[in-house]
Amino acid sequence: MSYLIKAATLSDGAVVDILIADGKIARVAPDIQESNSQIIEASGLRALSGLVDLHTHLREPGREDSETIASGSLAAVRGGYTALSAMANTSPVADTAGVVEQVFRLGQAAGLCDVFPIGAVTQGLLGEQLAEIGAMATSSAKVRIFSDDGKCVSNALVMRRALEYVKSFNGIIAQHAQEPTLTVDAQMNEGEISSRLGLKGWPAIAEEAIIARDILLAEHVGSRLHICHLTTAGGVELVRWAKSRGINVTAEVTPHHLLLTDESVLGYDAVFKVNPPLRTEADVHALRAGLADGTIDIVATDHAPHPSEDKDCEWQAAAFGMLGLETALSVLVSTMVETQLLDWAHLERVMSHNPARIAGYESHGHPISEGKTANLILVDPLAKRVIDRNKMASKSRNTPYDGLTLPAVVTHTFFNGALVHEVDRGAAK
Amino acid sequence: MNHLLSVNDLSKEAAISLLTTARELGVVSEGGHKKLPTLRGRSVVNLFFEDSTRTRISFESAAKRLSADVINFSAKGSSVSKGESLKDTAQTLQAMGADAVVIRHGASGAAQRLADSGWISASVINAGDGTHEHPTQALLDAFTIAEKLEISNFEFTGLRVGIVGDILHSRVARSNVLLLQKLGAQVTLIAPPTLIPVGVHSWGVDVNFDFDSAVGNLDVVMMLRIQSERMNELFFPSAREYSRSYGLDKLRLDRMTARSIVMHPGPMNRGLEISADSADSQKSVVLSQVTNGVLVRMAVLYQLLSGASSL
Repeated sequence: MSYLIKAATLSDGAVVDILIADGKIARVAPDIQESNSQIIEASGLRALSGLVDLHTHLREPGREDSETIASGSLAAVRGGYTALSAMANTSPVADTAGVVEQVFRLGQAAGLCDVFPIGAVTQGLLGEQLAEIGAMATSSAKVRIFSDDGKCVSNALVMRRALEYVKSFNGIIAQHAQEPTLTVDAQMNEGEISSRLGLKGWPAIAEEAIIARDILLAEHVGSRLHICHLTTAGGVELVRWAKSRGINVTAEVTPHHLLLTDESVLGYDAVFKVNPPLRTEADVHALRAGLADGTIDIVATDHAPHPSEDKDCEWQAAAFGMLGLETALSVLVSTMVETQLLDWAHLERVMSHNPARIAGYESHGHPISEGKTANLILVDPLAKRVIDRNKMASKSRNTPYDGLTLPAVVTHTFFNGALVHEVDRGAAK
Repeated sequence: MNHLLSVNDLSKEAAISLLTTARELGVVSEGGHKKLPTLRGRSVVNLFFEDSTRTRISFESAAKRLSADVINFSAKGSSVSKGESLKDTAQTLQAMGADAVVIRHGASGAAQRLADSGWISASVINAGDGTHEHPTQALLDAFTIAEKLEISNFEFTGLRVGIVGDILHSRVARSNVLLLQKLGAQVTLIAPPTLIPVGVHSWGVDVNFDFDSAVGNLDVVMMLRIQSERMNELFFPSAREYSRSYGLDKLRLDRMTARSIVMHPGPMNRGLEISADSADSQKSVVLSQVTNGVLVRMAVLYQLLSGASSL
């Protein structure tokens, strides 16, 4: 099947036709005449390279009641993602070649997007013994990113060894920066609101202390460090400083930390319970500025599905995490594009090109040009939609945006040249 | 007013109205009418996820004196410990036709979840949620202050109240700060820096780490219960050091002003945050707090369930 996309607007503003054939982008030119292809009218639509997520919780194996690799893949393509990175905190933990190969194959079987497993840094995410990182790297899943996400590799020696060990295959350690001794039973951002609500605080310093340490470790051993879900103004400053020294560090921010603050917690609705927690208005502004000036390299969803019984309860009893795949692009358009902090070209870099380069996902994250694998999306930037928790492709409903009107709708997603998602554009308006 | 979850649910006028109703109920009781027919046929459930015999019997007594039917539901082992979930418990009570639910729960916000979730249509009264609030305690404390210091209109402007101890983990302190400020009092929090909440500068209170410098300038000294296990979480080095620095002993008691009073929400740790001398002194109003607790809780049940704002 070949497709001819007519009059799409590229991220640089050029209006072009795009011919997709045999899984590739066959031609990109102003006016392509081709009669054997399905025509897609894309006037007014943005064409972007397929989005790449480096931080996704797909829950399979182990918690298929909240998400499966198939349901997560469907959520992904609806949100414009053609590549996901499945975090290792499954059950069993993805700390062996067997588990990462299983995840990789389930992704291929679902067939909607690429699912690249992330391997655990330590066995069982316990932070003590290194997992068989080499075996995961040389497995058919070719793991390059390792993370104990959900838990921090808090032991400095373990972190040092992990950073050094992955150098042999240009791997990267993605750290969930959270000093555990400062966050025992922590429930939300430590500040005026946690004090008022009587919820135990998760102080910014617990994140920043680990970021600072890991930056210095990465410099010392000359390894690549990736910092997951940055949430604090101080963390942004540390990464900015590290980059100015030429230290090989990259950082991500989630859509929810760009939009929401700890004031969302005031009603104790656990849909807003997430780790790291929602911070203050000042932090949100620092994160936006950091993403705009290149300090923060990428947007990652930290898509974290949970069944309703784990959210429909007392705050303290609830699980941490929120959905993200189906709303990420809309939140970014709302927080960064409509505010003129990012243009579309920069948005495409932080949501597609940069994450693909960090992870080494070679068939993803290229500017739309001839000869590249056809992983691309069309976006209606003017369409609005009301987020409805009951209409998610995800098996879970824990979106923090229920009822909110957000801009931009992903109308088409192409994965390896196949049209894997299409919306009725009449209904999207 | 449909629920009482936080002191913030009350305007100053609404708070004074409750306190006034409590006083009227006291007058009626003293007149020999120990039991009123007001809430006959209504049912009040005491839903206690934490043990608190004092608070439970105070609410039970209040409800019974208004002729309500009382059901005590002790639900230790909440969903926090993976027993029955709050939602299922709430729906059970709804099915049994509860008109009011008095909830004590170890999780901050549990009362608000119960009220806001749509699981239940009963009025919800917060009888203490985690380290968040305990609004009826603040009301009974304000009532007791007004009674002992003879402030009949509940206008506390110029009144100096010190709250001493584990502010960080105290729902009593949070509710009292809110209500005392609403009524015009000047509140000073007295504790080691480790037990003062982050962001307290936005509360509009004074903070003093030195009990000795504060004790002679207070009209009310409100002592909080300290859990001696807090030293295991490094909030202070030892129970004895805490007691020396922040306990109300005889020396500090003697430095209090002539008309001032000593309060404690109970149960007291004698010899730790309060010495026996202080607990049993003429200044101690601890037993009046217990008596007034019933009146204030009667007033809350009365206003919530009858819809009337005065007798």
